[in-house]
Amino acid sequence: MTVRVESAPRTLYDKLVDAHTVRPLDDEAREVLLYVDRTVLNEYTSPQAFTGLREAGRPVVHPEAALAVVDHVNSTEPGRAEDRNAASRDIQMAYFARNCADYGIELFDLFHSQQGIEHVVMPELGLVLPGMVIAAGDSHTTTYGAFGALGFGIGTSDIEHMLATQTLVYRRLRNMKIEVTGDLPLGVTAKDLIMAVISKIGASGANGFAIEFAGSTIEAMSMEGRMTVCNMAVECGARGAVIAPDETAFAYLSDKPRAPKGVGLSAALKHWMSLTSDPGASFDKTVHLEAREIAPMVTWGTSPDQAGPITDTIPDPEKEVDPVRRRDYRRAIDYMGLAPGLPLADIRIDRAFIGSCTNARIEDLRAAAAILNGRTVAPHVKALVVPGSSEVRRQAEREGIARIFTEAGFEWRQSGCSMCLAMNDDVAAAGERCASSTNRNFEGRQGAGARTHLMSPAMVAAAAVMGHLCDVRTLGGEDAD
Amino acid sequence: MPIEPFIRRTAHIAALPAANIDTDMIMPKVFLKGVDRKGLDAGVFHDLRFDEQGSPLPEFVLNRAPWDKAEFLVAGPNFGCGSSREHAVWGLLQLGVRAIFAESFAGIFFDNCARNGLLAVELSADKIAHLTSLAEAGERISVDLENQNISASQGDITFQIDERRRHMLMNGLDAIGMTLQWREDIAAFQDAYLNTCPWLVPPMTGKTI
Repeated sequence: MTVRVESAPRTLYDKLVDAHTVRPLDDEAREVLLYVDRTVLNEYTSPQAFTGLREAGRPVVHPEAALAVVDHVNSTEPGRAEDRNAASRDIQMAYFARNCADYGIELFDLFHSQQGIEHVVMPELGLVLPGMVIAAGDSHTTTYGAFGALGFGIGTSDIEHMLATQTLVYRRLRNMKIEVTGDLPLGVTAKDLIMAVISKIGASGANGFAIEFAGSTIEAMSMEGRMTVCNMAVECGARGAVIAPDETAFAYLSDKPRAPKGVGLSAALKHWMSLTSDPGASFDKTVHLEAREIAPMVTWGTSPDQAGPITDTIPDPEKEVDPVRRRDYRRAIDYMGLAPGLPLADIRIDRAFIGSCTNARIEDLRAAAAILNGRTVAPHVKALVVPGSSEVRRQAEREGIARIFTEAGFEWRQSGCSMCLAMNDDVAAAGERCASSTNRNFEGRQGAGARTHLMSPAMVAAAAVMGHLCDVRTLGGEDAD
Repeated sequence: MPIEPFIRRTAHIAALPAANIDTDMIMPKVFLKGVDRKGLDAGVFHDLRFDEQGSPLPEFVLNRAPWDKAEFLVAGPNFGCGSSREHAVWGLLQLGVRAIFAESFAGIFFDNCARNGLLAVELSADKIAHLTSLAEAGERISVDLENQNISASQGDITFQIDERRRHMLMNGLDAIGMTLQWREDIAAFQDAYLNTCPWLVPPMTGKTI
């Protein structure tokens, strides 16, 4: 870190960090005490943080700056709300409720009309605003960068630190710009774009960096698409991903219940419009992609960067020069039960899952429904759709999308993280292969021995219909993109 | 949580020569259902350490002597990627792991290590290869955090970590306690900040921050 001159051009990321720096913690300000605007808590990473506060006799300094949402461990069964005692039997949900009551934190439990996946709920309420710093006990907090906010995941000790002090000890990241230009081809989505980025730079390609996504492709993208892109930036190691807020972001926020209104909004807009990287701001690394070169992507291995266009084949590990990579490829292909040279489009599936904080917003469900309309799921495929929030679920029901899913043979569920990490009962069996709109294809992620192929919601829908991975562009649909 | 200071330790080192060892692998989800930090040593690398009946798999390095007593791990790039679950770090410490050397670490895992007194050190690919060969030869090494040096039979390996992090690890310091000494700075910052961003008051639910 060099000492910055006040007038030197700064990146958006640096502006966000500077605006939230309470004080530097070392001579060169590599580590700073960072003020956190808001947080969202979940039932599985927060309990030990509250126990720590209790043991030290420390209060939560700003309970009104936190929202608590049950999402990771809960059932998504349609009848879950009929069993009012289920939450009290679950040790994590029960302790979560007690902590929220004792410390005065607003809780969206299983019976709350706005319950959903934390990273779907926060934006739809209008709680994620440009210029904010939001840290939370979930790695996919990077989602909030879609609004020009700095969102990042933290561990439980840091949740405790944040609740006790409203700050974090924060190590400043380097700046990476990922510029994507041109129009995405028909059938190619934000998910394919971020999967192409991860495949290009690798699972650790952005370790130590904050990414700014820019370029005409990003500018043309909806907020839902931008959230998908920033959400998965953590899969290439970025602990922060931002997109400069623009009219698309402001329009999204305009009707959200808890976003600023009236006079407050006028003042906010003035500030929000200044949240861009200055002309001439320097980035430590720049990556460029042409949107027209991106095809629908699928993963074939057990790391999100082990992916390729659906038209590809499984690579041959023996052609890898790097010995660690060769070994990783061999292991991944063995775990996945595949063979080098096999066309990706020939891979038969047992399950299809549409859900997660990456791809379960209304636009994602619409894209999948466009493929499913008038079609049915292959008889051997068990297909599940879990809306990102109860609000998304209601909207999809109003729009008739829920009916398209159920008529096609998908189970229509209540909201939660579900099969993205399979902490509840939504688990794939050992050896089962799942086409999944989620974010991680790690060994055992969707169940011990289960095999995950990541792809866009439309690609999951297409795979569910065909019974094997397939190129959504060959199926067509009313509005496949 | 009390943190055990790390100054100098001598022990075996186990090699896990793979890239992208994720926190799902280090601590599978079935061990994430509690509300305390207890018993997580049983979960560490569970699906690699044990078969379906719960018997140790003899081929896994941490099940074999002398590495079953290893206090150090050496791994490839991007160790600890994926989920933010701090259970991975708690479990490793409970299993007796005190330091991890890797080509790189995922950011959240790296911070989780620092907050719990688990020494995480990034080293060049050459140094990792050297440590891996020492590990595979079953050697004991001495890790000296004060002098930032690893000594082994075939010469020393130097390393460097952030000075503040080193100070905290060597003294077992609690980050919250240290931050609370800046309480007045935080309050002054917040007043000025909210003054420039009045739309953030009231923040979420209608009450003033």
